[in-house]
Amino acid sequence: MQLFDYVSAGTIKEVVSLLSLNNGAARILSGGTDLLVQLRENRRRAELLIDVKNLPELTSISYDEQDGLTIGAAASCYQICSDRLVQEIYPGLVDAIQLIGGIQIQYRAGLGGNLCNASPAADSIPALIVHRATCVIAGPDGTRSLPVEQFCIAPGRNALQTGEFLVAVHVPTPGQNFGAHYLRFIPRNEMDIAVVGAGASVTLDDSKQKILSTRIALGAVAPTPLLVAEAGTFLEGKAVTKENIQEAARIAQAAARPISDLRGTSEHRKHLCAVLTQRALEKAVERARA
Amino acid sequence: MNKKVQVQATINGEEVEFLCEPRQSLLEVLRETLGLTGAKEGCNNGNCGACNIILDGALVNSCLVLAVEIEGRTLTTIEGIATPQGLHPLQEKFISHAALQCGFCTPGFIVASKALLDQNPDPSEADVRQWLAGNLCRCTGYDRIVRAVLDAAQVLQEKAV
Repeated sequence: MQLFDYVSAGTIKEVVSLLSLNNGAARILSGGTDLLVQLRENRRRAELLIDVKNLPELTSISYDEQDGLTIGAAASCYQICSDRLVQEIYPGLVDAIQLIGGIQIQYRAGLGGNLCNASPAADSIPALIVHRATCVIAGPDGTRSLPVEQFCIAPGRNALQTGEFLVAVHVPTPGQNFGAHYLRFIPRNEMDIAVVGAGASVTLDDSKQKILSTRIALGAVAPTPLLVAEAGTFLEGKAVTKENIQEAARIAQAAARPISDLRGTSEHRKHLCAVLTQRALEKAVERARA
Repeated sequence: MNKKVQVQATINGEEVEFLCEPRQSLLEVLRETLGLTGAKEGCNNGNCGACNIILDGALVNSCLVLAVEIEGRTLTTIEGIATPQGLHPLQEKFISHAALQCGFCTPGFIVASKALLDQNPDPSEADVRQWLAGNLCRCTGYDRIVRAVLDAAQVLQEKAV
């Protein structure tokens, strides 16, 4: 393993100053389930690891009916998925987060790491995008907010500037008649990386027959998780019918730009986009009606 | 830079103090500094579960934890599962079901199963299989392991009554 120093930070200010001082040579250590493997394999370099697990802002989960849900970037997947309010109000997020690794990974890995690692196949990201989540970022100039769909800029690269780090993810209150779902295709039953992942959310009108607004996002079909805005635009104001949902799925399929790799061919991925988008939408509608 | 750090923790009920480099994994320190060689290095990248330990009640891969991170924490390794009175029911059932062949994955499986039974004393077969999905065994085909865990759960429940 490469040499590095370690510090457990006590405040957000301390983290920002350490990051700025080390000018790109410091990295945030949260669950470490991606970072430690990457350091060991020399896929990333670090001279200093800043452990943020002792910062209360980074590990807490809070919900407010007005403000919505705030998940600390270092809160573990296990902590998130076993939170009663998250289970009740955001089942579409739990769908995705519970898929990240086995129980040993769930206990360590967090949402912030899944985002910052910026894998095109990250399960949590399409689910966060369809919930209109935003990243809360601290830096030398204070705190800023960035929609999750703008956070990943290339495989393994995120929008954080030198001196900045992800403090939390904010998810708005779902509102009336809202439903969301995330699912993925993998060739095994469990413990794999998505060949394609699809998230969808819908808000229905009071008759629960018409779609007021919707979001569809795909994973593993582009260099970054993909918000398919045009599929959402198509469905807005439309009736909930099989034909409309299938047309939205076709639009999502057309927006995908998958590559062929060891997990699947481009053709297979294209096919999966339509199938999974349709299923995600159907389940989102079912939840919105429940 | 990269000077050794002093760490204090409670391991298997004992206060332990050691020096480590920040880059050393908990697994490496357990095995090479503290002589606790029960946790195995299988993949060293979080895939196989052979290095599982329980850290403040959470099941983790010790290859993905830095030793410096355990300052002030409490952990249980495979060496802390049996008591002076004898083997833990999980260990007994692994033996009686022949739930191991080469044995390399066994410490990880027993620690993982202990963590499961600590929070779910009456798991279904599906619960056991789901929980143990992060532990790999290349010999047994898992059936005997699952049966051993279910059987041990029953023994523990009978003892609790």
